[in-house]
Amino acid sequence: MIRLHNVSKTYQLKGRRDGDTRSIQALKQVDFHVPAGQIHGVIGLSGAGKSTLIRCVNLLERPTTGTVTVDGRELTGLSRQALNQARHGMGMIFQHFNLLTNRTVFANVALPLELMGMPRAEIRERVTPLLELVGLADKASQHPTQLSGGQKQRVAIARALASRPKVLLCDEATSALDPQTTGSILALLRDINQTLGLTILLITHEMEVVKSICHRVSLISDGELVEEAEVGDFFTSPGTQLGREFLNDFLKLEPPRALIERLEESPGPHTHPVVRLAFRGDAVAAPLVSRLARECGVDVSILQAKVESIQERTLGLMIAELMGPAGKTREALAYLESHDLQVEVLGHVQRDA
Amino acid sequence: MSSAMLELILEATLDTLYMVAISGVISALAGIPLGVLLYVTRPAQVLAQPVLNGVLGIVTNVGRSIPFIILMVAIIPFTRGLVGTSIGTNAAAVPLTIAAIPFIARLVEGALNEINPGLVEAAQSMGATPWQIIHKVLLPEARGGIFTALTVTLVTLVSYSAMAGAVGGGGLGDLGIRYGYNRFNPTIMLITVAILVIMVQGFQSLGDYLVRKSDHK
Repeated sequence: MIRLHNVSKTYQLKGRRDGDTRSIQALKQVDFHVPAGQIHGVIGLSGAGKSTLIRCVNLLERPTTGTVTVDGRELTGLSRQALNQARHGMGMIFQHFNLLTNRTVFANVALPLELMGMPRAEIRERVTPLLELVGLADKASQHPTQLSGGQKQRVAIARALASRPKVLLCDEATSALDPQTTGSILALLRDINQTLGLTILLITHEMEVVKSICHRVSLISDGELVEEAEVGDFFTSPGTQLGREFLNDFLKLEPPRALIERLEESPGPHTHPVVRLAFRGDAVAAPLVSRLARECGVDVSILQAKVESIQERTLGLMIAELMGPAGKTREALAYLESHDLQVEVLGHVQRDA
Repeated sequence: MSSAMLELILEATLDTLYMVAISGVISALAGIPLGVLLYVTRPAQVLAQPVLNGVLGIVTNVGRSIPFIILMVAIIPFTRGLVGTSIGTNAAAVPLTIAAIPFIARLVEGALNEINPGLVEAAQSMGATPWQIIHKVLLPEARGGIFTALTVTLVTLVSYSAMAGAVGGGGLGDLGIRYGYNRFNPTIMLITVAILVIMVQGFQSLGDYLVRKSDHK
């Protein structure tokens, strides 16, 4: 449904003093495809190029090179008029909602239809059910300033759906909302995806958003897509360092501060390894800790643990100290690795400290 | 006070209102579009035309930098060609209008500049043409700012019209100078000033009301 081929975007910045032009490459040869009916998330830090990427899809930003194809039409090859026509088939919502302050809720939702030249009576027939869909039928004659953030985003969603698009682009749509409102907006988006079969591309810096509604996720860093995976895979075994950082940050599974201070990089004669274990699938259920004790003769002291359920898959995380003689703990690590676990040795602590 | 004097005051008041109204309406009709043009032709705007924008900017600035009293005399031939005379209220309305056009244009440009660029982006994402963006997004969203601009302009026109009166344009300024100043009649002077104050108050209140009514920010 959405296909970006070899898309690059370079900004030319004119130096103020010497007239030199500096160029900044916001996107580097991005190739990517979102099949119809999918919810695809693009996650990245600020400045990674997320916004440029999503703006290239409806050509609010024109790529410097490459082609953008949406619903079988190559947008990059269209005339201005044809592009405006094609944009009726794509809805977009924004972080700061971008509702017209001098229009009522009803008139805001009607705007895209007015732009298409639809007759008034037909507009009314179209807008009313949309306001019902987003649960704001009673607010039709209010102005946006009278609404809460979540309600404003609901109006924006209704507005984006008015032209019955096949694609919805969400530019940090929940970043200005509190967690609870975020949840309800995401639920609404998921609902729309299921009932209308809408293809959704969203960009975000929040793992929570990816976890709760995306099917697939791409990781963007410095203008490049560095990783793409099913959400379940991404959360259980991210393939890049950046992916792991996002995941750890999301799970907030870091060793206790007091322990970090005592961690030493290399093992000494009297140290125990501290490990971070990630289990998924079947391994979660296996009674590994007691097996370690029994089969390797190593005691396991669990410092932190967490189990997350991500799209019907289970992910377990644990930070533990393996207590035993050096030979035994090495054996234990090998045992863990052979059992489809991700093992990361965080450091070593003095035995008697 | 004689009834002849009262009649004179009434006539002068109507003359002033006439000059302000004519020049206000015509300059708004020309100044608002010019202000929109100044805004939308900026680089990176919906109808980016950097060269045209530069030229319009210079013309507007020249218009704004000429002192009104000089503009008035400088364009006498033009005025005469347009309305057939260089004295009277019709003649005064010509320089008033010409002075007010760039004034309104800059104020309107400023009002448009206050609009969140995200709104234009949203409209573009819906497939809006530049013309649709202007009349469905920019003008309605800047409505309050445009009313403020018009109010400021009307008030300025009232004081300019008094200046025009001094050189034969008629109206309250003319009355104040001729009777109040030249003939040492402080009562007339005071009455003239009082009427001008009331007029300005009236315009300001009307403007404020319209801004409140039209703006939902």
